[in-house]
Amino acid sequence: MSDLTRLTAVETAAAIADGQASAVEVAQAHLDRIAVVDGAVHAFLHVDAKGALAQAARGDAGELTGPLAGVPLALKDVIVTRGVPTTAGSRILEGWRPPYDATVTERLRTAGVVVLGKTNMDEFAMGSSTEHSAYGPTSNPWDLTRIPGGSGGGSAAAVAAYEAPLAIGTDTGGSIRQPAAVTGTVGVKPTYGGVSRYGLIAFSSSLDQAGPCARTVLDAALLHEAVAGHDPRDSTSIDAPVPPVVEAARKRDVTGLRVGVVKELSGEGYEPGVQERFDEAVELLQELGATVTEVSCPHFRFALPAYYLIAPSEASSNLARFDSVRYGLRVGDDGAASLEEVMSATRAAGFGAEVKRRIVLGTYALSSGYYDAYYGQAQKVRTLITRDFTSAFESADVLVSPAAPTVAFPIGAKVDDPLAMYRQDLATIPSNLYGGPAMSLPAGLSEGLPVGLQVMAPTMRDDLLYQVGGALEAALHDRWGGPLLASAPELEV
Amino acid sequence: MPEITREQVAHLARLSRLAMDDDELDGLAAQLDVILGAVAQISAATDAADVPPTTHAVPVENVTRPDLVVPSLNRDEVLAGAPAAEDGRFRVPRILDVE
Repeated sequence: MSDLTRLTAVETAAAIADGQASAVEVAQAHLDRIAVVDGAVHAFLHVDAKGALAQAARGDAGELTGPLAGVPLALKDVIVTRGVPTTAGSRILEGWRPPYDATVTERLRTAGVVVLGKTNMDEFAMGSSTEHSAYGPTSNPWDLTRIPGGSGGGSAAAVAAYEAPLAIGTDTGGSIRQPAAVTGTVGVKPTYGGVSRYGLIAFSSSLDQAGPCARTVLDAALLHEAVAGHDPRDSTSIDAPVPPVVEAARKRDVTGLRVGVVKELSGEGYEPGVQERFDEAVELLQELGATVTEVSCPHFRFALPAYYLIAPSEASSNLARFDSVRYGLRVGDDGAASLEEVMSATRAAGFGAEVKRRIVLGTYALSSGYYDAYYGQAQKVRTLITRDFTSAFESADVLVSPAAPTVAFPIGAKVDDPLAMYRQDLATIPSNLYGGPAMSLPAGLSEGLPVGLQVMAPTMRDDLLYQVGGALEAALHDRWGGPLLASAPELEV
Repeated sequence: MPEITREQVAHLARLSRLAMDDDELDGLAAQLDVILGAVAQISAATDAADVPPTTHAVPVENVTRPDLVVPSLNRDEVLAGAPAAEDGRFRVPRILDVE
C-alpha cells in the first residue's frame, strides 16, 4: 500500500482484513506521520506508541474483530485512559495517570480500535480555538497560523492532517462541530445520553456529549456505532437501541426529506463566504430531491446567553473536585498552610484564565439574589429553545445552518476577547441546550479555508444526520472531484 | 444591569477557592461586567415567565441498578495519582486549629 495514512477508516479496516497491510504497519505509518508533522500541528499532548503497537499486534494475532479492527484513532484528552496521561488540557492534572478507563475508551478497545494518543484541547473543554490549552495551541492543518477550532481542535486537526483517520471529541456547546467546520472534516454530537459520559471529565454535565470526528460521513457513523449505547454507569445514558447510523450513511438518498433552514442562524455575525457555501449546499440538497423550507426558531437568539449562564454554573460545581487532595497538582503545602489556603493556591496555579473566568461567572450566576435572574431564567429559556425545536420538527425532518459563523481565524485574534470567542458557538449551542444530535460536514471553501454545514435532528434520530450527510457528501465530492481535504495545501513542516 | 466591584469578585473567588491578587481581581471585574452585560439580554425573553425550567435535556427518572458487589478501584493505583498519601490514605494539610 502506498500511503496508509490517506485511507479512510473503512478502507483501512478492509486493507487489514484483506491482508494488504498489517495492523502494526498501519499503526506505525500513523506514528511516523505524527513524528513528521505534529511538531508543526501540535494535535497531540501524548503519543502512546507502545500501547498503540501492542493493540495493533493483538489485531494481527487475530484477537480483534469488528468493522474498525486495527483502525487508528486519536482520543481527546478529556476522556480518561487507564495508565495513560490524561490532563484535559490543564496544568492541574499534569502527569496524572487515571486508575480506570472511560466507557468510551473501553468500547474503543473492544471494537479493536488502536488508540494512538491523547489530543490537545482548550482547558477542560472551555474554548473555541484550543488556545486555552495549558500546553500551547494546536495549528489548523489548512494554514498553520490559524486556529483549528475548539475545544476539540487537537482531534479535528489530527484527522485533517492525516495523523489518524478517526478521533473522539466532546461537544458541550460545539466543541466537535466547530473544529470540524474549520478543518474541513466531519464531526457529530450525538443525542445527549447516546454516548456514555462515564470517564468523561465533566465540564457541564447536562450538556457534555462525546462523539466521532472523521474524514467521511460513513467513517463517523462506524465510530458512532462503536461507542454509543446504554451504559449503567452513566445514569443519564439512554436505555434504547442505537439509531441505525451506518445504514443511514450508506443510503445516499434524501428524496422527499423535509429540510428546514433556520432563519435565525444566518445574517449578522455570519461571514458572507460562509453563507454563500451554505446556500449552495442547500440548493444542492434541493436538487437531490429534498424539500427545502425556511423555519423560524425565535428563541435561538437567547441560546448564547443561556449557554454562558448554564455551562459556567455547572462548571463551577464540577471543577470543585480539583481540590489538591485526590489527584493532580498541590501547591503551597509547607506544613503551616491550611487546607483551604493550599486548595486556593493550587487552583490559582493549576487553572488558566478562561477556566477561572467561568468558575467565577458560574459562582456569581448561582449566588443567592442572582439565581433567579440568571441561572433560573437560563433554564426557562432552555425550555423555550426546546419548544422551538419541537415545533420546527413538525414541518421539517432535519434543520440546517452554517456550523460556524466564520472560517478559521488567526491564532491570537480573539484570545483576549471572551465575547468574540463565545460567538463562534452561535449556531452549535441550540442543539446542546435541546439535547438533539447535530453534525458538521464540509460544504466548500471561503478564502481558501473550509466552511461547515450543520445538520440538526430530533433526539434519538441521529440516523437522519447521517442520511443527509452521506447524500450531500457524495454529491459534493462529485462536484469537487474528490473530498475537500484533497485540496488542502501540503503541510509545511 | 450588573456593576461588579473588586470586593464582589474577591468574595466570589474566595467561594471558588481561587487565590487572586488585586490586579487579577480588577481584570476579572472588568471582564465579568462585559460578559454579564451580554448575557443579561436573557431577561428580554419575557415569555419565559410561566415556563417550567429544563434541568436536563432528556428526561430520566429514578434510575436504579441491581445492588451487586463489584470490585472497587485499586487503592494503590488511586493513591499513586494523589499529590500526597500516607498509610494507605490521602494526606491533607491541616484542617483543624485554623486561627
